[in-house]
Amino acid sequence: MNNILTLHDLIVRRGGTTVLDIREMNVQAGGILALIGPNGAGKSTLLLTMAGLLKPDQGKLYYRGLPVETSAGRFAMRRSVSIVFQEPLLLNTSVYKNVALGFKFRRLGNNEIKKNVEEALDYFGISSLAGRSAKTLSGGEAKRVSLARAFALKPQLILLDEAFNSLDPPTREGLIDDLRHILEETKITAVLALHDREETLRLAQNVTVMAEGKIIQAGTTAQIFNRPESGFIANFVGTETILEGTVQGSKAGLVEISVAGKTVEAVGDFPSGQNVYCCIRPENITVSPYRPEKTSARNVFEAKIQKIGRQAFFYKIFLDCGFPMVAYITVSSCEDLGLAEGSIVAASFKATGVHIIRRES
Amino acid sequence: MELIIQGIIKAFELIISFDPEVLGITWLSLKISGTATFISLFIGVSIGTAVALNNFPGKRLVISLINTGMGLPPVVVGLFVTIMIWRSGPLGFLEILYTPYAMIVAQAIIATPIVMGISLAAIQNLHPNLRLQILALGASRLQMVWVLVKESKLPLLAAVMAGFGGVISEVGASIMVGGNIKGYSRVLTTATVMETGRGNFDIAIALGIILLILAFLINLLLTQIQQRQPLR
Repeated sequence: MNNILTLHDLIVRRGGTTVLDIREMNVQAGGILALIGPNGAGKSTLLLTMAGLLKPDQGKLYYRGLPVETSAGRFAMRRSVSIVFQEPLLLNTSVYKNVALGFKFRRLGNNEIKKNVEEALDYFGISSLAGRSAKTLSGGEAKRVSLARAFALKPQLILLDEAFNSLDPPTREGLIDDLRHILEETKITAVLALHDREETLRLAQNVTVMAEGKIIQAGTTAQIFNRPESGFIANFVGTETILEGTVQGSKAGLVEISVAGKTVEAVGDFPSGQNVYCCIRPENITVSPYRPEKTSARNVFEAKIQKIGRQAFFYKIFLDCGFPMVAYITVSSCEDLGLAEGSIVAASFKATGVHIIRRES
Repeated sequence: MELIIQGIIKAFELIISFDPEVLGITWLSLKISGTATFISLFIGVSIGTAVALNNFPGKRLVISLINTGMGLPPVVVGLFVTIMIWRSGPLGFLEILYTPYAMIVAQAIIATPIVMGISLAAIQNLHPNLRLQILALGASRLQMVWVLVKESKLPLLAAVMAGFGGVISEVGASIMVGGNIKGYSRVLTTATVMETGRGNFDIAIALGIILLILAFLINLLLTQIQQRQPLR
């Protein structure tokens, strides 16, 4: 895979303190990368640096294989990279003129501007807003306009800083779906600063976890969520079981998903061959010492207890049933059943307890 | 009381009959103050924007100085300009003392900090990321500044009005550097001072009314602009 952007030993200081310290980072062309981490982890600063808006104090930035060092170099890079900030930052004029802004800077002809702007508005389903004043838009509409403004320029790389913050849930859902379709269709490389787990799973193929200005883990989405390298990351991404699978078939509202050679049944409607993530909350998994003869749970797997971790009021059980799973059980259940590390048990969960998320690639 | 009523009646006669002297004084006032405001607009907006957009050591001190300048006493400006252009002064060779040019210079010095202070605040009031967003859309530095200035056009218009309002009603500096020469450097304020001193209350009242009407029009426009500005 070729990298559109590479950072080397990059350091950004602000008022004497180091806010960004990246030893090595690559952004794969055509991919969607999520930057996750707590507030103040340096995600926004990293995006500003990637956008050519911030001059790093030290280190090198390569854009499409070429070093970007001078302010002229950063200016050239800015013309093929778009960034969308958390706030829509629209100018006090019409929606059309806002979206046309980038083309005005590039001194395009009016006809060409019109074609590009209308196309971008159409992409985000906001053609009807063209003549509206930007100051009268709702939060979701304004967000769409700022995204359309960035995508209209057909950038090579698009950077989105907390794109879905402060949007109400239905608006956010619609926007996430639309954004994913647009990114898939346009094949524009995207780097998204996110802090929501589900958004990350739905959008990103790769994840970079940041804390205190440093990268603490980078990998595919499944790697980060299933094999977090530290307790901090595990805590941040949650301990839910997230399994990669592929839909085999569906019947009567149930889909059969093949996960590591086994079949998991879940409620949903997905076409065969669709790659998915199966998310199972630890409280939805039941553990018993022998295989139950009859149960309403559609999924029963033989599992080996790898580790038992004590939490405040319950045990956290790490199971291996050909794929990893995490279950919570109460202290008394654990003692009554005489569970110990190494025990072989039956782990079961209902088809309704599996949350399916579409997975790209 | 008789004096006032007589004065007001005479004043309206002068205004309605387009008395050439009153008209001439009004026109000269508008020309001088208009030119001074126009000059202050360029200097004030450029420097105000530059200070707002750049970070440098001592920025706060500079902003305090500009804000202090917004209340510059006109007589001090008059004194300073007079000394500078006095025949033996550093700019004496220009020979502009007691001319409308000297008045324009003095009024521009008074109006510039007003325009500068308001435009500085207007640009600083914009969202700090807006500048970055505009650059990210591919703007050159000059294009970015132009978009920001256009984005704050309403407060900037207010700055112009405030500057103009400040200089057209100013008397100290104008009389000091202009000399109140009839038909040449006599403006509304200096003429009012003189006619009042002479006891020609009718003309003084007429000039005062014109000045009030101008001030009212300026403020009406200002209020319209400010009320039209949408909430952020």
